[in-house]
Amino acid sequence: MTAVPPPPAPAIAIRQLFFTYADGTEALRDISVDIAPRQLFVLFGPARAGKTTLLRLLNRLSDLIGGTRQQGHVRFNGADIFERGVDVTDLRRRIGMVFAMPTPLPGSIRSNLTFGLRMAGMRDAAALEARVEQSLRQAALWDEVKDRLESSAFALSGGQQQRLCLARSLALEPEVIILDNPTSGLDPLSTAAVEESLDALKQRYTIIMVPHSVQQAARVADSAAFLLDGELVEAGPARELFVNPRHKRTEDYISGRFG
Amino acid sequence: MTRQQSHTLAVRAITAVSVLVIVPILLVIGYVVAHGIGTVDWTFLTQPPRDGMRAGGIMPALLGTLVLAAGTAVVTLPAGIGAAIFLAEYAGDNRMTRAVRLAIVNLAGIPSIVYGLFGLGAFVLFLRFGTSIVAGALTLGIMTLPVVISTAEEAIRAVPDQFRTVSLSLGATRWQTIRHHVLPHALPGILTGIILGLGRAAGETAPILFTVAAFYLPELPRSIFDQTMALPYHLYVISTQVPGMPLGMQYGTALVLLLLVLSMTLSATLIRTRMRRRREW
Amino acid sequence: MTATPAESAVPPEPTAPPRAARSSRLLAERVIEAAIALAGVSTVVIVALIFLFLLRESTAAFLDVPLRQLMGTRWYPIEGLFGFLPLIAGSLVVTIGAVVIAVPLGLITAIYLGEIAPPSQREVLKPIIEVLAGIPSIVLGFVGWVALAPLVQQLGATTGLTALTGSLILAYMALPTIISISEDALYAVPKAYRDGALAIGATQWQTIWRVVLPAARSGIVIAVMLGIGRAIGETMAVMMVTGNAANIPALGPGLFLQPVRTMTATIAAEMGEVQRGSLHYSTLFAIGVVLFVITFGINYVAGRLIGASGGPRRRGQL
Repeated sequence: MTAVPPPPAPAIAIRQLFFTYADGTEALRDISVDIAPRQLFVLFGPARAGKTTLLRLLNRLSDLIGGTRQQGHVRFNGADIFERGVDVTDLRRRIGMVFAMPTPLPGSIRSNLTFGLRMAGMRDAAALEARVEQSLRQAALWDEVKDRLESSAFALSGGQQQRLCLARSLALEPEVIILDNPTSGLDPLSTAAVEESLDALKQRYTIIMVPHSVQQAARVADSAAFLLDGELVEAGPARELFVNPRHKRTEDYISGRFG
Repeated sequence: MTRQQSHTLAVRAITAVSVLVIVPILLVIGYVVAHGIGTVDWTFLTQPPRDGMRAGGIMPALLGTLVLAAGTAVVTLPAGIGAAIFLAEYAGDNRMTRAVRLAIVNLAGIPSIVYGLFGLGAFVLFLRFGTSIVAGALTLGIMTLPVVISTAEEAIRAVPDQFRTVSLSLGATRWQTIRHHVLPHALPGILTGIILGLGRAAGETAPILFTVAAFYLPELPRSIFDQTMALPYHLYVISTQVPGMPLGMQYGTALVLLLLVLSMTLSATLIRTRMRRRREW
Repeated sequence: MTATPAESAVPPEPTAPPRAARSSRLLAERVIEAAIALAGVSTVVIVALIFLFLLRESTAAFLDVPLRQLMGTRWYPIEGLFGFLPLIAGSLVVTIGAVVIAVPLGLITAIYLGEIAPPSQREVLKPIIEVLAGIPSIVLGFVGWVALAPLVQQLGATTGLTALTGSLILAYMALPTIISISEDALYAVPKAYRDGALAIGATQWQTIWRVVLPAARSGIVIAVMLGIGRAIGETMAVMMVTGNAANIPALGPGLFLQPVRTMTATIAAEMGEVQRGSLHYSTLFAIGVVLFVITFGINYVAGRLIGASGGPRRRGQL
């Protein structure tokens, strides 16, 4: 074994996580993985592998579904997010989420961006304005919309809407951004634009992403985990995992033999 | 007879029966309009009755009905919308929820005259409001609850779930989510339900018989603890209780009541279609 | 948020508002959410209160009038005779008449609207039926009184104010309920059933009759039950057109051409004149109890059937 520098403390540590839906479907079985800070972590695997379920557990959107059973721990900066007394709204501000389809809220571009901040109690107009510009710049959308912040968010193209959703999460200055297949509805050009902004964003944020394809995963990931049927097959640095997978099933999936 | 012939025959018979349902509805409305239109003018609407109600207008009754409708709104809105939010957003699948649903179904089924009895026993006598606007409005408000609750609940449920998910994912609390991203979009539907409910309440007679309605009052009510005349009861009185009543007055009163209630129903429907068209998602 | 001792370095929250502002907002939300829950629960309380107040005011009737007399055939309050049978019979006759008229009409109209009518016609017809639901019962009663009763009299009755007149008016009042609920039931029949029947060469009519209607059976039963519930509780229109004779109607061909008096009309007509607290007053409340129990029963069973046949539609997930 060659000397490897000690890994930084994980931003998110998942330990022995099990999750079962009300209908008895075991969506996640015994998941344990560390997600390092300020990196792009990719979670990939075939449909119904449990990727979205896992993402939604991380900011406890899973609370919205009734009748589920879960077990295990998710530690965010060392603190268990499932513990009693955790302020869920605070957690969700710190772990932002962008969904597979663009999900603008009815209203103007500006109101989309400031909604989370206003709900958190931010009243200062100048501060809100600063966050609007900053987040739009981070999402590479500022130049396209700076002159029409009052127009409806639905008037934007699909790619612009998705970047708006990214900016909306960024406006809250989160620590982690979760992206659930954010380019699924986008054309190649918009996809490239989103991927490019991700590359810049990971300097400041921990990014967890479900990719559109294995190719995308290999393009953007720093580290990755392969999920199959609710189980974690393997996880590790992207260079190793995509070049020399340790498991046969990972190799078969990456080389396109199933999935 | 071939299969095709029997099919044609069946379709014709079904069409004929449907005509049998529709035509009388139009006839009733046409009949009231045709006979009543000659009586209804500005004087009829703005003058009090004279000569033992055989002349003059219907102003006190019309006014009373409008006041009762407003009172009904005050009673039914907070409770109705609150219960709808409870059912659509908060209620889990448990015994409490089932009890609430059962209660609403049964409230909707209780005969209006039984509401009248309840209003008499609870508000007029037990709470000592006497025969008064407040007793009538409470009775009508409770009767209107199930209409408001079910339409409002439906409207709230029709708001796409993704607005809730997105709002929560941005760190909004449950109530902030409801307040900012559910209720505004459900408002047209809620409004429709309210107007429908109030329209029904304005046309009801049985619940106000013993709680508020006066046969005849020489003066307008001064406070909510006074009795008032009301249009539906006035129609009942002048068509069955006053001998020698001119028919024109009866038809005119029926027409005003019909127009009042139907215009509310119609505007409710209009709001619904209007708002649906303006929707962005 | 508590952390394990080794890893307690949670970075400060940048967007968090001052602590006090947040807790006062949380308190406000608690209050609002409690009010919402209270509004929900209030519906149950109201139903209970209605029943309790009916019982409270009718205690005297149930205690002081022998059950035998309550089940009697004579309703002469002035002579202290409080037999419910003529009133129950009156309600029954009028309601049965209304159901016999309204169910076929309503069901067939629902079939027309749901299966046969082109969309353009449907868009005109459905609002008309909604309008019918909106006509105040007193207006229908008035039209029945001035226009329908003379027509019924020409059928050979001694007066136009008969059970039949009441049944006709009630039938039209129950129609919107029956039509809209059975149309929903027809609509809920999966398209695959229809396609399957049409694919093996059935005509549209055969498909409706042999496939769609049987599949929509439970919904149609619910429609009929709620229609009955609507008819049995109707007051003003019935009071104006049924003649208000508290006799048990004589069975025979002329059954529907006799004047009758329903339970609801009795309450409406007599409550205005009784001495509050008298036995007569209390007996009218007892009729209210009977009506409450009947409609509660109908709606309870219909509600259970609705629950069994699918329950409320679920919302789509993101």
